[in-house]
Order: sequence, then structure tokens, then C-alpha cells
Amino acid sequence: MSEHEFIRIDRLSQRFDLSDPWIARLISRRPKQFLNAVDNVSFNIEKGKTYALVGESGSGKSTIALMAVGLLRPTGGSVLIDGHNLYDRTQSQLEHRRTRRRLQMVFQSPYASLNPRWRVGNILSEPLRVFSLTDSQSAERRRVHELLEQVGLSQSDAHRFPHEFSGGQRQRISIARALASRPEFIVCDEPTSALDVSVQAQVLNLLKRLQNDLGLTYLFITHDLAVVRVMAHRIGVLKSGRLIEEESTQSLIESPQSEYTKMLIRSAPRISRGTTGISFT
Amino acid sequence: MTDILLSVRNLRVVFPHRHGDLVPIDDISFNVKKGEIIGFVGESGAGKSMTGAAIMGLIDDPGIIESGEIWLGDVRIDQLDAKRLIKIRGKRIGMIFQDPLTSLNPLKTIGDQLVETILAHLPVNADQAKRKALIGLEEVGIDSGRFNAFPHEFSGGMRQRVVIALALAAEPELIIADEPTTALDVSVQAQVLELLKKLCRERNASVMLITHDMGVIAETTDRVAVLYAGRLAEIGNTASLLSSPRHPYTRGLIASTPSVEHGDISTHLYQIEGSMPRLDALPTGCSFHPRCQDALPRCRLRQPEVINESVACFLYE
Amino acid sequence: MSKGNSLMNRFYKSDFFYDFRKSPVTIVSFVVVLALILLAVFADLIAPTDPFDAKSLNLFNGFTPPMEPNAFTGETFTLGTDDQGRDLLSAIIFGLRVSLFVGLTAVILAMVLGVSLGLLAGYRGGWVDSVIMRAADIQVTFPSILIAMLIFGIARGLLPPDLRDELAITVLIIAIGLSEWVPFARTVRGTTMVEKEKEYVKAARLIGLSGRQIMLRHILPNVLSPVLVIATITLALAIIAEATLSFLGVGAPPTEPSLGTLIRIGQDFLFSGEWWILLFPAATLLALALSVNLLGDWLRDTLNPRLK
Repeated sequence: MSEHEFIRIDRLSQRFDLSDPWIARLISRRPKQFLNAVDNVSFNIEKGKTYALVGESGSGKSTIALMAVGLLRPTGGSVLIDGHNLYDRTQSQLEHRRTRRRLQMVFQSPYASLNPRWRVGNILSEPLRVFSLTDSQSAERRRVHELLEQVGLSQSDAHRFPHEFSGGQRQRISIARALASRPEFIVCDEPTSALDVSVQAQVLNLLKRLQNDLGLTYLFITHDLAVVRVMAHRIGVLKSGRLIEEESTQSLIESPQSEYTKMLIRSAPRISRGTTGISFT
Repeated sequence: MTDILLSVRNLRVVFPHRHGDLVPIDDISFNVKKGEIIGFVGESGAGKSMTGAAIMGLIDDPGIIESGEIWLGDVRIDQLDAKRLIKIRGKRIGMIFQDPLTSLNPLKTIGDQLVETILAHLPVNADQAKRKALIGLEEVGIDSGRFNAFPHEFSGGMRQRVVIALALAAEPELIIADEPTTALDVSVQAQVLELLKKLCRERNASVMLITHDMGVIAETTDRVAVLYAGRLAEIGNTASLLSSPRHPYTRGLIASTPSVEHGDISTHLYQIEGSMPRLDALPTGCSFHPRCQDALPRCRLRQPEVINESVACFLYE
Repeated sequence: MSKGNSLMNRFYKSDFFYDFRKSPVTIVSFVVVLALILLAVFADLIAPTDPFDAKSLNLFNGFTPPMEPNAFTGETFTLGTDDQGRDLLSAIIFGLRVSLFVGLTAVILAMVLGVSLGLLAGYRGGWVDSVIMRAADIQVTFPSILIAMLIFGIARGLLPPDLRDELAITVLIIAIGLSEWVPFARTVRGTTMVEKEKEYVKAARLIGLSGRQIMLRHILPNVLSPVLVIATITLALAIIAEATLSFLGVGAPPTEPSLGTLIRIGQDFLFSGEWWILLFPAATLLALALSVNLLGDWLRDTLNPRLK
């Protein structure tokens, strides 16, 4: 196991069955229909680095995110976390549990990602309880306070409900929950696309600081190339479920090879173009 | 003064609430010139959509325009009764929303909807209306063979093109586009914005483009108004406002927007601390002062007025 | 400031309480329901006589009209007496107790059953969903009173004769409960299907919680407000169902008469001039069912954010 294969996505595929019910198929005599949402995608992520998957809607990027954290069984290929296959049925429950603790996810919607009926303190302590990470009530409370401070919130926020927070603060809570089990690998699925620009910068800076402090490995899913430029070490470009280009961030954005990537970069809106008066066509 | 199409004076929108009134728009004034594209940018809750809704007379209950005036040409439209407002809205103001499906009738073909709109507002007969509708579709890049297609048969980007054709069908003088490309992929967004820009230029129609995206503002608009917590923070020529922003909020907003052109993994993005205050918890004085690095003592006490029709900040008094 | 105090404060300031105060119909309904519940709970203290105590009954008091002294004994009864000289006011108060008890417990049974099945169907989907929801579809094609009678009949048939009267009330509760679970299940299933796609449920799955834990700890609290509305409306239905069954003579036994039983007794004398024996129990039932229903309607409007 080499260091740069900490996360290994190996020929991952997901085929969705879009067929009509069997009886309708029998009447209309249509064959089964499938959608290859993800088609034979492979890449590795080095420990402590950020790999960004960029693509437009329908490119399969969120499907890969779900498969990478173990929420959706792939129809082909495998996901290896530090050598452990997430979908290996021969592994014991205990081993799966151990692997699961090491990976986490930050979701897109700051509204739907927190249970509205739970206090923040309970949201944060749930992973601690599930993985038996603290041995006493007071240790649990200390850890919750530590988590809140780590993401820039205050201890007293533990008693409040999600609706009392702004979108950016909720995303911080979501990040704190992801950190609770001390994971090494975090999948960020469009973590800032529902946020305002000024708040987006806060959350991106926070994610970067946490990566530096805790040595986290990120899989960053987004449609926004400008965000990727400051977040990712490597970028993979997805189109219709296929990885069409993969490079280090600098070379991919500055000298893209595929026409599709070029088009994506060209159409990203730029503030600077307004100032020079050049129109884009 | 004849080149001013829309004039909004000291607009104030109030939602009465038993814990005290909420004021999503407070004392906003601006002009829209004939043929210009003016952007309204701000974060969620800034009041940008509400401004558009106020002009269209579409403020949800129980909100009211408490004071101020809205003039479309020489007609004052903020006090019109519902019947006359609908007539003006359909004829002189076109609308484009974020979700194209809200403006399209799912049960009618796009051709029928276009013809219907044209017949309702223009002095033409059915044949002429159909011809106009076909031209309209062609202009937004939709094949005339799809005249009889239903809205659900189009992709998101194509639907938004249909909505543009529909908004332009009655040959309005003003188009209000509320986040017209937010739901679209970037590649489609660029095409749709370019199309909107081109068609409005050709017709000398003015556009109010409401968006949260500074990049979209930069690439599309002639002038831009920056809103914060229901008030106008800064307004001016897009190029000069973006290259030398004056209000601390505008500066922060531009600086915190990541760019595809520069930066790398070691870049620390500029960030404005905190978030936009909720309407029920607005700070005293300038609503931006708690997040402002340059706040002066008086910022806490008084609200700054817009100086020289450009910026509302005590730093420039 | 104590915690309870701040909770009360929060309640007084809440939109919920505000909406309540703004609706006179709701306030009246609430007062009526509350008064009837208090009457039922404290029946022993409030009722002038014990209508089930055979020794206190005097047949000479039979058919005394309301507020008139009896021709033989000279006693006066507020709401009159029935054929056996039983004080009608007392009978109604005790009948109310039976009606409310049967209604409430039946609703709780229906709720537990419906919510569980709804959660299961919505969360698991697939064949579990199909089986549960088809069962619900089949059940609603029969009037629920018919289902209740069916269950009641089967239970009576299976029980030994000496237990029939003793368990009559229990059987009644089960019969009504089983006939009213469908609306709970349907609503909960729908809400569950929406909630389970939300990201907080994904986050819970991510740390390896079981389906049962996710359903009970995460989803259940988020589907409860529509359940509360249905429970209130179903309570009115259950009270009427109980009255109907008792009226038909298959419900509460004569030893423990409910409002329905009293109405059945009363209708025998309606055409012989003793109108009060029917009217007062029927009016009480009407007041109870109507008030509960109005409360339910108001709850539905208040808790539905779309109507705001």
C-alpha cells in the first residue's frame, strides 16, 4: 500500500434500472432500460490531499460521492479506504464499523442535513455514542464543545436547535458532526453551493484549515471551477458518468486537454471580464 | 430625463408582524434607463427579489408598499388597482423567474402560450400572432418544428429560452429577470445570458437582472446596484464599481468570490465575518457595521444615506 | 428563571398560542372539550347520584321530566330521569366517561398501529410497502363501522360467554382502533418517504445506524405534527363509532352505558313523549364530537405551514 493510494476508487460503475414494471414491459414488449450513471471511473487520492470531481448536473458526481462513503453499493468496481474494501461482504461487521468511522460526509443543503427536532449538542454527540468514542457524560460534553470551537461556533450553541442558525452556521455544524468520529477521509458534496458568497469563503477557509490541522483527505464534489482552483490538489472532470480528464489543478485549469474542459473553463463567469469590458461569446 | 424608463423613489416595503414590523426593503431609490441592463446583486435576504416583486405588484400577503413611488415612464404604478396593474405588467413588463416551470403552463404547448400572450397584448390577428410566435422561437434558438411541444419536453436551458421568448412576446419595455440562470449549468448559463442580452439590445428593452452571482453581473450588466439587508449599499457603472468598489460590503463581496483565473491550494480566501442579519434582528445604525472592518463609531448610531447616488457609507461623507 | 417558567413564556409568545387566541370558535371548542373531559374524569365527585347503584334507584322516579318534581316522590331532577328512575344527568356524566375512554384508547391503538406501519412502509419501500398499503386500500373500501362490527362479532364469538360482558369494552376499543389506523399509516408513509431522502437521514446511515434506530430516533419526531391532527379528527370519529356500535346494541353493555347506549334507550321513548331521555345524551354527544372536530380542523390549519 503506497501513500498515494490512501483512497482508491477502482473501476467504479453504477447502473440504474429505469425499466417499466415487468407487466408493462410484457405488454409493450420493450426491453429493460438502464442508465449508466457512473461508468468505469478510477482514481486515487493521496493522504492529506483534496481530489475534486467537477461536472455539470447529471454527470454522476453525486452518485460517486454516495458510493465513496458506503451509502450506495456500486454495480461494479470497488472503493478502497486505506486498503479496506468498503463493499467487501467477506469482512466482519467489526471491520466495517472500523472503516466506517474513518470516513464522513458533508452535504450540500444546510437545511436538510440537520435533523430539525434535535439540539445541536445531540446532533454532535450521536456519532460519539455510536462509535463509543467517549467514556463518560462529561467527556462527551467536552468533545462536543471542542468540536463547536473547532468550526468557529461557541459552546452555548450546543443547546440550540438548527433553525436558530444561519445557513453558514448550519454548514459549520454539519462539518462539526463530520469531524466528531475523528475521520481521516471526508467527502464534501457541493458543501458551499447553497451558501452566499461571503459565507462560502468562510466555509472553504474552514475546510482548508481543518485539512491542515487534522491531515484530512477530501473528495470534493462541485460544479464550480473557481472554487476548485483554491480547494483541490487534483481535479477529475466528469461527463455523463465518465472521467474524461484528470490532472493536477494548475495544469488542468491552465492547459486543459479535452474540448469539454475547455468549454467549462471558458463559460465560468468572471468578475474581471466586466472590468475590462470584454464580452464573452 | 426622458431616457429614464423606470424610477423607484424611496421605496419601503413592510410586512406587519405582531412582534414588530419586518422591513425587507427600506428606502431604496434608483432609475432604470431605456435600453440598459441593470444588475441587482446581494445575498439571500438582501431584498433583491422583493424589489422586483414590488415593481411587478407581486408582494406576498401581508406585505405592503408603505411609502415611496414607482414610476414606469409617466405612469405611477405602485398605487394602481389590480386590473390596470395586470394590463401594464403583461404589456410593458416581462418577467423571467429562476424556475422556468413557474412561468409555463404545463398543459399547453409552448406555441399556444406564445400566441395567447401575443394576442392579448398586441393588435394582431391570429395568423400574424402565429407568425410572430414562430419568429420569437427562432430568435431564442428553438426549432420551429417544436412549436407544438409541451414544456416538459424541453431541458432546463431550453425551457428558460422558451420563457425568454414568452417574456419578450408582448414587446415589453422592461424585463425583470430574477435569478434566471441559477438553476442552469454554467455552460448553459452563458448561452442564456448572452441570448437575453442580445435580444434586449435589439429591442432597446431594459433589463433588471437580479442575481447573487458577481460573475454574472460582471459579464452581463451596464450598471449594478448592491443591496444589503434591504438597503442600497452601492450603485454605479458595472465596470468602475467592480474595479474600484467603494462600500466595504461590495469590496468584501468581490474579494471573497473565488476566481477561475488565479489562486491555488494555498490561497486564503478573503472572508467577511458573520452573516447577513435576519430581518427581525437588524442592528442599529448601518446594518453592515457588525461585519465591517472599517466601521466608525457613528456607523452604530445612524443609517448612512446614499451619497451622490452612488454609495451609502460614512467613509465617503 | 426556572426552565418550566421559560417554557411557559415561550408558549405564550408562540405563534401557536397566538393563532389560538385569534380564533373564538377554537377557544369555545377547547373550553367545551376541556369541560366534558373534566366531567368525565371527576364523574364520581360531580354526578348527583351513582346511576349504576341499583339500590339508589326508585322505580317511582321513572320518567320524571327535567326540572319538574316527580308526581309520586316529589324529587326533582335537572335533566329528568329515564324509565328506571335513573338520574339522566348522572347517567350522561358516567356515559361520557365511557365514551371518552373508549374513544381515546381506540385512537391511541390506531395511532400506534398506523404510525408504525406507515413508518415501516415509507422507510423500507418495496414489497413491505406494497403489502401494507394494499391492506390499507382494501380496508378503506369497507366502511369502518362495518369493519368494527366484524371485529366485534368475531371477538364475541371467540370469547367464552362469561367473559363477554366483562371484556365488551376492551373488544370495543380493539374493534374501533383496528378500523381507524389507515389515515395514520398513509400520512406517515408519505412524510417518511420525503424525510428519508433528506441528508440528515443519510448522515445517520453513514455512521451505521440501523433502520429501526433511524425510523424511531430521526424520522418519527419529524412526522408527528400531522399525526397529532389526524389523532384529533379520529378521536371525533372514534367517539361517534363507539356511539353507533352501542346504539346498535353491539357496543358498551347496559351495565356500563355509554352515550350511545343512552341514546338507544332514549329512542324507545321518543314517540311516547319522553323526549329528554334521547335529547340530552344526543346533545352531549353532538357537542363533544363537534368540538373535537373543530379543534382538529384548527390544528390542521395552524400546523400546516403552507396555509400560513
